[in-house]
Amino acid sequence: MSVHTLSVLVENKPGVLARVAGLFSRRGFNIESLAVGPTEHPEISRITILVSVEGNALEQVTKQLNKLVNVLKIVELEDAQAVQRELLLVKVRADDGNRRVVLDIVELFNAKVVDVSPEALTVEVVGPPAKLDAVLKMMGPLIREMVQSGMVALGRGPRSMTQAALRAVERAG
Amino acid sequence: MTPTPASDQREPVTGAQALVRSLEEVGTEVVFGIPGGAILPAYDPLYDSPRVRHILVRHEQGAGHAAEGYAQVTGRVGVCMATSGPGATNLVTPIANAFLDSVPIVAITGQVPLPSVGTDAFQEADISGITLPITKHNFLVQRAEQIPQTIAEAFHLAATGRPGPVLVDIPKDILQQRTEFRWPPVLDLPGYRPVTRPHGKQIREAAGLIATARRPVLYVGGGVLKARASAELARFAELSGIPVVTTLMARGAFPDSHYLHLGMPGMHGTVAAVTALQKADLLIALGTRFDDRVTGRLDSFAPHAAVIHADIDPAEIGKNRVADVPIVGDAREVIGELTTALQAEHAAGHRADLTGWWQEIDRWRTTYPLGYEEPADGSLAPQYVIERLGKIAGPDTVFTAGVGQHQMWAAQFISYDKPYTWINSGGAGTMGYAVPAAMGAKVGAPEKLVWAIDGDGCFQMTNQELATCAIEGIPIKVAVINNGNLGMVRQWQTLFYSERYSNTELGTHTNPRGRQLPVRIPDFVKLADALGCVGLRCESAAEVDATIEKAMSIDDQPVVVDFTVGKDAMVWPMVVAGTSNDEILAARDLRPDFDAGV
Repeated sequence: MSVHTLSVLVENKPGVLARVAGLFSRRGFNIESLAVGPTEHPEISRITILVSVEGNALEQVTKQLNKLVNVLKIVELEDAQAVQRELLLVKVRADDGNRRVVLDIVELFNAKVVDVSPEALTVEVVGPPAKLDAVLKMMGPLIREMVQSGMVALGRGPRSMTQAALRAVERAG
Repeated sequence: MTPTPASDQREPVTGAQALVRSLEEVGTEVVFGIPGGAILPAYDPLYDSPRVRHILVRHEQGAGHAAEGYAQVTGRVGVCMATSGPGATNLVTPIANAFLDSVPIVAITGQVPLPSVGTDAFQEADISGITLPITKHNFLVQRAEQIPQTIAEAFHLAATGRPGPVLVDIPKDILQQRTEFRWPPVLDLPGYRPVTRPHGKQIREAAGLIATARRPVLYVGGGVLKARASAELARFAELSGIPVVTTLMARGAFPDSHYLHLGMPGMHGTVAAVTALQKADLLIALGTRFDDRVTGRLDSFAPHAAVIHADIDPAEIGKNRVADVPIVGDAREVIGELTTALQAEHAAGHRADLTGWWQEIDRWRTTYPLGYEEPADGSLAPQYVIERLGKIAGPDTVFTAGVGQHQMWAAQFISYDKPYTWINSGGAGTMGYAVPAAMGAKVGAPEKLVWAIDGDGCFQMTNQELATCAIEGIPIKVAVINNGNLGMVRQWQTLFYSERYSNTELGTHTNPRGRQLPVRIPDFVKLADALGCVGLRCESAAEVDATIEKAMSIDDQPVVVDFTVGKDAMVWPMVVAGTSNDEILAARDLRPDFDAGV
């Protein structure tokens, strides 16, 4: 199994996320993480999908995605050629006895405290998946609850994949 | 789509009127459907349409299959219509069928009013959600002004690229809304760009392989019919001298009577077709998808062959079998360009000698021709009935079939010499397809003789459409190959379940439950009569020709013939599911000896 990051530009229309997600489950492709949000163009949304596949199944994934009428463009973002970020909010036990320990970890990872109460701290961590994993490992036994976003990613360098997709939208419109 | 001059004229209309006007503008001549609450507003303007004929079916499944039969015989988009909830869910089977067989249909469904959507309202079903995995695309219309554009897009999507079903769901209040109608609308499908022109480099590479292959086979699928490329295929086959096999979905794409034709490959294919694929060094796969019913065990399918795979759907290429030369494009353009490229190869002196290959093939053909044994119990052989029907009805007749033994025998024992004369449920294997598909085919080609070949199990699923045929003046003919059983299931019980016939006897010959009830339940002759058709029965080989001729002499009413046949006949050859095509059985316990005489 290998994990790939797909950046998928789709028309911003109702039901498009269901079409994409449904395709993955229907065809037996495994989604590791999924994040959807707007782009700089209101008519286009971007879905970032981490998919884990065996062998050459990635080609089937992208071909099947391309068959969806609302999918405009798909780019595979190679790890080395992309900036990848996830957001983690983690609530940890922190009283007078151990608050200092937690704050040291926060500082060490360049994280941020976003909520404080006498018994707990909520910490925000942004970074690539490996950094989030490291933070979680350190916080381990102190964690009360946590939430993590899907990964978002952009290709490095000056190129924009939305430009080409936008031209297609404008041609059709 | 009928081109209409652009006009700036805006007509004030309701959403329902916009729908009917749009259907007229895209060239719809017939809609198969049933009205109900949510779609009712559409039926009012439809009543007045001078261009769209509505055929009132008896079950929505019939409407969907009729639209498919119409589409397959005409090459145009078939249209079916239903109301919300159960009306729409009854269309699910034909939509799935059209999806698997790439049949261009547009299904229009009424939906509960927009404010009620999501409230579990009366007759509400999320039909766009339900049909998401079985449509090429679907729409839930949100505003009346979107109707013309949505209909135009639906027809464009259904008919172009790899054809398929498109569903348009329209809430009742949208049908009642006031709007303006303007035609033609602008299509807004930025993510839809089917590739039809093949890549020149791929074509040249393919032609190079074709010119030098020693054991090539043309593996032809339904895409060749969809692309209307039969003439191009015949030219290419004759130029190359390469043997041709046609899949279940491609029967008729290349004449069965042609000396280059080896017949159908697959689970019930001819020994020559199956074996040629297994022994080939090159497969030229055109508009076909390496379906499991063709390949048998995939890892042992055509083990020595390089593969040229041409399909209009890029996702089919490499899905089941790696392609050495992938070609994305429309089959007609691909075959046309391959012909030109192969001529250039020949001109350059590149042309392999296929004599040895043909000698081998001809030996398989003569040693293991298609055939059948007369039933030991003296009953009528179903294969004989179908063979005679093909001969008497002739090459211009359109045959439809459902799924099962009758379908396989109809694919095997009728010689299809013209395209679009064989319409069946291939991918989905839908019982009950034959009668409504025949109805749709007859509406699409009223000048043609249309015979539905059906099993007694299939026939009992959709025969109510014969009432539609009788009332609407659609004189189809139905040959019920009545063996009193779910024949194909029984065949598997015979072969793989120790002859334990669990729930396969239907009682259409003899009633298994005692003597107080009639012998035949139902009696298909009486049933035909009750449905406004002529009912005939034939129980012996001696009566077959006369019965068929009698049926053919009636053209003002649908005809149903109950061919009462033996229950023990089986479909051979057979590649047992999950085994290799090398294990093909020409008949029960008869494995061909491919090396004999070499």
